[in-house]
Amino acid sequence: MNINRRQILVLLPAAAVAWKSVLAGTPESAPNYQMSEHWWGMLIDIPKCIGCGNCVRACQVENQVPDGYFRTWVERYHVTDANMTNPEVISPDGGKEGFPAASEDAGKYFFVPKMCNHCADSPCTQVCPVGATFVSPDGVVLVDPKYCLGCAYCVQACPYGCRYIHPQKKIVDKCTLCYHRITKGLTTACAENCPTGARQLVDLKNPRDPIHAFLKTHSVQVLKPQMATGAKVYYNNLDGSVR
Amino acid sequence: MPPGRLGRMNYFKDAGHLFRFAALFVIAFLVFWAIRGYVVPRTFGQYGHYRAAAITEIAARSVQFAGHEACEVCHSDIAGAKSAGKHAHVNCEACHGPQTQHAADPTITPVKLDTTILCVRCHAASAARPKSFPQVNADEHANGVPCDTCHQPHSPAMDGSAAAAGDAK
Repeated sequence: MNINRRQILVLLPAAAVAWKSVLAGTPESAPNYQMSEHWWGMLIDIPKCIGCGNCVRACQVENQVPDGYFRTWVERYHVTDANMTNPEVISPDGGKEGFPAASEDAGKYFFVPKMCNHCADSPCTQVCPVGATFVSPDGVVLVDPKYCLGCAYCVQACPYGCRYIHPQKKIVDKCTLCYHRITKGLTTACAENCPTGARQLVDLKNPRDPIHAFLKTHSVQVLKPQMATGAKVYYNNLDGSVR
Repeated sequence: MPPGRLGRMNYFKDAGHLFRFAALFVIAFLVFWAIRGYVVPRTFGQYGHYRAAAITEIAARSVQFAGHEACEVCHSDIAGAKSAGKHAHVNCEACHGPQTQHAADPTITPVKLDTTILCVRCHAASAARPKSFPQVNADEHANGVPCDTCHQPHSPAMDGSAAAAGDAK
């Protein structure tokens, strides 16, 4: 077989591209899981939350979240009658080991579990300069650890403070809505371990999901709706003092 | 310049230069195309401005909490007792911790739980908890005695029968 210089010049790049395709292989798709059939979110039922911190501990174990960093955390609000716009908020170690006992006091107390809102129009994915964070076709905001540079633009862009730079990996880490679980038919670690059912994974594309009836009959709110982020973490009975 | 010289000038006399120049552009493009094909992952742009393969890589991470369905395959007796009581909706691993390893290999046994620590995480009295949620001041109520001395954790009966059973043993 005779190949002249010209032919080699044409063939080499083509061969390189072809070899790259061979190396990449076909991405393995999860069996029976169709991304186009889901649109994930979460329902957080404030009156059910008892502030036990089970969700925070479960998330840290499931996702190997380093100590002192949180993909989900629980805040305790204390709103006194005279000070609606200035609530006292505590979250000791993210609520991981629960909260100090509150004595009977003026005003009201309640717990607000927080996590990534998996916004449909998320500000964090829009600012990523390298395409490392994105909203997946099933509505989960993910970070590609191989692409993330750790520039932290998205950490600043998130209005909910749900992202952090991993202290060892030096890249951005965040709630994946337990993507490795929900694509296998399991619920998230936080919802699985919530003893009162205050957290529920919802699939808005599933017509049989009880979320549809729930949303019709309850006072449901998302955090910072004025920012039009398309947040998909729905809070039932959220107090007006929560920001 | 002789008259009429301009009219007869061969514009394409030196076109060979242009062809060499164009060839350089073509080669540069091919090199760019080859490098781009090499450095840009194949799945980049499949769904958007990101690497679609990242989705499957994230989905392939390992599971720590097996889920209560996995527990109930073997522990149907406990699941049955639990379903009748107040803890019906508390999933197994909420107390027992992550059990994927145990589910895969039952010879790996879970650690025994300390109910003096476990129960009060939820049931310690606090004004911050919803009023309807059962709460107790553990120090006054048990004085350090483990909760499961009297209460059966899987089905904490509210009629005192569990406490009576605890007294009997």
